[in-house]
Amino acid sequence: MNEIKRKKSLAPGVTLLEIEAPLIADKARPGNFLILRVNEKGERIPLTIADYDRQAGTITIIFQEVGYTTKLLGSLNEGESLMDVAGPLGSHLEIKGYEKVVCVGGGSGVALLYPEVKAFSRQDSEVITITGARTRNLVILEEELRELSERLYVCTDDGTLGHEGFVTDVLQDILNEEQDIDLVVAIGPVVMMQAVAEMTEKKRIKTIVSLNSLMVDGTGMCGGCRVTVDGEVKFTCIDGPSFDAHKVDFDELSNRLSYYRDYEEMLADEDYKAGDSDE
Amino acid sequence: MNKKPEKTPMREQDITERIKNFSEVPLGYSEQEAHREAERCLQCSHKPCESGCPVEVPIPDFIAALRDGNYEKAARAMLKKNYLPAICGRVCPQAEQCEARCVLGKQHEPVAIGRLERFLGDWIMEQEEDFRESPLNPEKNKDTAFRAAVVGSGPAGLTCAAELAAFGCRVTIFEAFHEAGGVLKYGIPEFRLPGEVVSREVEAIAGQGVEIKTNCIIGKTLTIDELFDQDFDTVFIGSGAGLPRFLNIPGENLAGVYTANEFLTRINLMKAFKFPEYKTPVRLGNRVAVVGGGNVAMDAARSAKRLDTEKVYLIYRRTEEYMPARREEIEHAREEGIEFMVLNSPRRIIGKEGQVRAVECIEMELGEEDDSGRPRPVPKPGSEWTLEIDNVIVAIGQTPNPLLAQNTPDLKTEEWGGIKVDDRLETTRSGVFAGGDAVTGTATVIQAMGAGKKAAQSMIEYMKNS
Ligand SMILES: Cc1cc2nc3c(=O)[nH]c(=O)nc-3n(C[C@H](O)[C@H](O)[C@H](O)COP(=O)(O)OP(=O)(O)OC[C@H]3O[C@@H](n4cnc5c(N)ncnc54)[C@H](O)[C@@H]3O)c2cc1C
Ligand code: SF4
Ligand code: FES
Repeated sequence: MNEIKRKKSLAPGVTLLEIEAPLIADKARPGNFLILRVNEKGERIPLTIADYDRQAGTITIIFQEVGYTTKLLGSLNEGESLMDVAGPLGSHLEIKGYEKVVCVGGGSGVALLYPEVKAFSRQDSEVITITGARTRNLVILEEELRELSERLYVCTDDGTLGHEGFVTDVLQDILNEEQDIDLVVAIGPVVMMQAVAEMTEKKRIKTIVSLNSLMVDGTGMCGGCRVTVDGEVKFTCIDGPSFDAHKVDFDELSNRLSYYRDYEEMLADEDYKAGDSDE
Repeated sequence: MNKKPEKTPMREQDITERIKNFSEVPLGYSEQEAHREAERCLQCSHKPCESGCPVEVPIPDFIAALRDGNYEKAARAMLKKNYLPAICGRVCPQAEQCEARCVLGKQHEPVAIGRLERFLGDWIMEQEEDFRESPLNPEKNKDTAFRAAVVGSGPAGLTCAAELAAFGCRVTIFEAFHEAGGVLKYGIPEFRLPGEVVSREVEAIAGQGVEIKTNCIIGKTLTIDELFDQDFDTVFIGSGAGLPRFLNIPGENLAGVYTANEFLTRINLMKAFKFPEYKTPVRLGNRVAVVGGGNVAMDAARSAKRLDTEKVYLIYRRTEEYMPARREEIEHAREEGIEFMVLNSPRRIIGKEGQVRAVECIEMELGEEDDSGRPRPVPKPGSEWTLEIDNVIVAIGQTPNPLLAQNTPDLKTEEWGGIKVDDRLETTRSGVFAGGDAVTGTATVIQAMGAGKKAAQSMIEYMKNS
């Protein structure tokens, strides 16, 4: 079970895997995620279901190799299998009924944005996509997103590609000039999502963010993924991962996310070759 | 006869050593010790101990067989009523059940029924031979071509599955996690119930022809409707009480506040105590406060103690005698240096830069009896005080996880979340039965097993009649 049927490198450090998981493929909808574990000693990590093929019985994940587990995942080859894949989890994203959508992604959030851009463009929404990266060779999925989007704006902090500056600069211009935007979707670092939320709130444009809370089970059992939304405690894995950006307590989210940062770095330093951790 | 007034003691790991590891604390009886303890039993003909057992383990019979050295006979007697003896021997609240009714207990210490059960359970695990007999179907495991689906692999689901399999039904268990066992695997720590013991008793049940499908979340991956479409004749829901309760006080979402579920799952299921070999970490500072007084709170406090911390406090709003935890666990927690702050209740959690720094408590006094039959704790005005700590672990109970009921039309629940059942344990949906913590809220392993058994019998009736 859970054999890797196809592997494709989308950019340096960004990988697509198509995995055999017929039951999940059967139920998956845009916005859902899954929990996977690579091997016996691995952690359970949530990843967005980027695509699914009910007929082939496969699901697709796209990830940037940023931490220990995503690097390990990126080192697997076609024909190898993942130990555990469970899903689909989370509530799905309502994608119908929006004519003009702006999708904003920053850093590794761009990989997570891709399936949403795809979903909206399949609905014949007009999609404007804005992506941000620190520098040129960290820009990912440029071709793929250009194909799916009406317009694509690439931003780099150092100006080595596209617009020099932040995604929010470009978004501000668009918000100032275009009055007919129905929805903004933002996925990326908390500061970026927070900045987007503040901008769109002034313009009263509905905005959805997809949160990357820390998760253990992904089924509403541990409460580790809790966030405050509109003054109420919500579980990202059950009630989310997508929430109304204007209601999320981002400061709390970023505190909770930073609690395990040292451990993530500790693991990232270790050797991550698949074989080693299997013994 | 000169019988010893005290239970034959069980050797334990030394205190100074055990707080540095996660290995089991009580080490089990040797054959001689088991024999000596079995000899203490009076073999009362009215069997008061047995009537204290929710699954009616034939206590004097198995003890007599142990005394006579006839382990095989003891095993057969045990397995007729209890499929998970090595687990129950370790975690059942014997002090309130069988041992509470033991005749010897009137003047002396009762027979150590739990320790003997553990001894027998461990012996059974070592044997190749299968001693199970089915009281329901003399032709053991004869295929009846009935098919049953079981949701959840905790003690309720496992027992229901074993009972149905013994009857000759084809059973598949669907489990959300990557491993079977429920709370036995993700909640109760290694030092009390080694994962290996759970795995072996689960394997024994799988060996009866029960198929276990992990990573399958009913309500998400498959629905109850789809189970019926897949030609299952009946479904049992033993999905447990997985939804953590919160204190609902300010500061509860600060970084460093855990639910006991998160804390224990990281440690037990994900083996965070072996980080970085295992890749899931658990972060604690030097000073940890656990809130609660049940088994879960004791397990969390004792686990925190083993993770290189300086101080572990247990904050409980009544006094020690009202703590719902097993007596043995309370004693172990004390011995291991957990500091009990009884008659206290947290008011708010104070943070600095988003992380826990302290907890403000208020002192309580005991008032009138409440619904639970225990005195109600009442706050003493003006008695607030502050305890500096780095983490809070909230262990004040769980309610049934709503995920399944939310995704299953016609499955009605009580207001507090418990799945509604009739006295045969059938839910509001025909052919769907439920039991264990999913119905009662957090109870005990043995009650969950009793419910699994009872439901299996109703399910068999249901299948025969439809
Ligand atoms: C830390 C802790 C310590 C405890 N200590 C003791 C003790 O010492 N003695 C004692 O008697 N009792 C103890 N208890 C209580 C006891 O463990 C429970 O009462 C008992 O496990 C309940 O059994 P169950 O089968 O109903 O549910 P659980 O053991 O909770 O099992 C439910 C299973 O169902 C799975 N599940 C849930 N939803 C779904 C779904 N939708 N699809 C598929 N699978 C699903 C869960 O993942 C889980 O594996 C303790 C509990 C905890 C949390
Ligand atoms: S009540 Fe005590 S002494 Fe009597 S049969 Fe039961 S265990 Fe033995
Ligand atoms: S990840 Fe555990 S409750 Fe959401």
